[in-house]
Amino acid sequence: MTDAKPIISIRNVTKNFGRVTAVDNVSIDVMPGEFFALLGPSGCGKTTLLRMLAGFETTSGGEIEIDGQAMLGVPPNKRPVNMVFQSYAVFPHMTVFDNVAYGLKVTGVPKAEITGQVEEALSLVHLEDYGRRKPDQLSGGQRQRVALARALVKKPKVLLLDEPLSALDAKLREAMRLELVRLQHSVGITFVIVTHDQDEALSMADRAAVMDRGVVRQIAPPGELYEHPNSLFVADFIGKVNMLEAKVAGQSGGDLVVEVEGMGRIAVPHEGAAAGNISIAVRPEKTLLSADKPGEGVLALKGKISDVAYYGNESHILLDTETGVQFTSTVQNDARRTESSVAIGDDLWISWAPGNTLVLAE
Amino acid sequence: MEDWRKNKLAFAIFMGPATFWLLVFFTIPVVVIWIYSFGERGPMGQTYLSFSFDNYLRAIEPIHLKILWKSIWIGGLSTFLCLVVGFPVALGIAFAPDRWKNPLLLVVVLPFFTNMLIRTFAWIVVLGSRGVVNNGLGWMHGQLDWLFTLVGQPDLMGRFVPLGLLYNNYTVIIGLVYVHLPFLILPLYATLEKLDRSYLEASLDLGAGQWRTFFSVLAPLAMPGIVTGCLLVFILSMGNFLVPDRLGGTDSLMIGNLIAQEFNKARDWPFGAALSFAVMYPVFIFFVINALRARFKERARGRA
Repeated sequence: MTDAKPIISIRNVTKNFGRVTAVDNVSIDVMPGEFFALLGPSGCGKTTLLRMLAGFETTSGGEIEIDGQAMLGVPPNKRPVNMVFQSYAVFPHMTVFDNVAYGLKVTGVPKAEITGQVEEALSLVHLEDYGRRKPDQLSGGQRQRVALARALVKKPKVLLLDEPLSALDAKLREAMRLELVRLQHSVGITFVIVTHDQDEALSMADRAAVMDRGVVRQIAPPGELYEHPNSLFVADFIGKVNMLEAKVAGQSGGDLVVEVEGMGRIAVPHEGAAAGNISIAVRPEKTLLSADKPGEGVLALKGKISDVAYYGNESHILLDTETGVQFTSTVQNDARRTESSVAIGDDLWISWAPGNTLVLAE
Repeated sequence: MEDWRKNKLAFAIFMGPATFWLLVFFTIPVVVIWIYSFGERGPMGQTYLSFSFDNYLRAIEPIHLKILWKSIWIGGLSTFLCLVVGFPVALGIAFAPDRWKNPLLLVVVLPFFTNMLIRTFAWIVVLGSRGVVNNGLGWMHGQLDWLFTLVGQPDLMGRFVPLGLLYNNYTVIIGLVYVHLPFLILPLYATLEKLDRSYLEASLDLGAGQWRTFFSVLAPLAMPGIVTGCLLVFILSMGNFLVPDRLGGTDSLMIGNLIAQEFNKARDWPFGAALSFAVMYPVFIFFVINALRARFKERARGRA
């Protein structure tokens, strides 16, 4: 993947709607065969960026290249990409077969070839026997499969998916995540998916770009986004964090020495430089609760339990710490019992290994 | 909201006035006219109830069938032209920025604020032998004449003879299209406005051009609006008697004029009634077939 040419090259792309800048100087390279996610809260510009790839929006500045070709002025019907719409947009007046065949018919594929290709695409999404149905006789999940087959039958260089799972119920959504990944592996087409759901991006994508107010904050594989977020925004958007304000006091070996109110001077491992006021954070599942003061070598805070949220497989325990900041600790409910081992009002210590501390300079 | 059917009293209160209105001012008069259609004209223009089919036999005489046929093709052509002119307008308004939609719709319905008679007469002012069009042409003729005289060809243009733009079938069609255009634009706009844009984007995305998208996706999805609009315009055009009366020539008589004549000048109400119903029966049959087909479709779906 290192020396391959990107299939999509977005360079300094900007999009203005009147005075509003929806996408601000974004540069992203997507490699062939990659499952790439554009992740961010609503209004961050991810859908606008996807629509610019599809050709439904023009760029206000910058360049987009797909498969080595500049896309400026190329209309949607001439681009080597296809899209799965958030609403699926399965034509209600056509049968499933005609829906999938539409993209082949309009580009003049010979009739003899169409039937075979459509059947192949339908079997890819497990809808072999649904060709003669009308969309209103299908469930939401099946309509989405039709939208997928309709796009995949065109054998695009890139498949664009706009929030494809948002209209499905929770169980189906999880099944479809696996299904999409399986599909992507079997067809070998580059997928670019837009989502606001971090779980979706983490579980499906090879790499994701986290966007915030039109700007890309970080592009990285899921594991790196989660374990090494480069900013407070990314750390907070992907997963939960317990955050403390800190002041850089110096460097000591591979460690950064910071001053935290209520904790004094602590050393946390950190590569690269940092100065001034920063944030340090720790993920809730990387913390431990204990009744007694933990030993040396860990970072710890004393607190009082303010709430226990039960989720079945795990519980989230909220702690008012002495520093005045509220911390959350995730506890796996790995033994079968209905009574919680802790109660609201208990005094506890929350601790974590220094290596689990996220240093967030931004 | 869901069990409004169960609340009989509220149902009766809300539906009562409308039902009463329709019954007294629509159903009963129609039934009266229907009974008249089997009657007979008295010597002084009275109506005797004699229960004969004579009026209907007269209604299907060739001379009357010819007028009916003419009404159908003039109505049909007007409807088609309304669709051709109105579709782009409806599409334009539906796709216009939100803040433009209401002003544009106002422009469409603005002519309704003027009496239809005045609007029809306006066409006489436009198309008459001393009307706007002919005056304009006459002026251009005069200028050309002056030019040719200047270059020494004084007799080349001859005298200006106003064009006979009024009082023929084409004028009737122009008038009908003009008067009924809003009835097509409004229902079509309502359908297009609700249409999910992503259907059109999906079509483009799949490689179809603009025209293909129009005919394969937009038009079929707009069909409910097209059918409603066309049906409205066709029924109104076919039954219109004012436009052919004012703008038509001696042979532009349509079924509406004939019916009006029978009720007014000829004072033959039974025959007028029979003519009206001769037009209404096919419409009834059409609706019955449509209802049966819808029920059949529903059952077919239930089985699938």
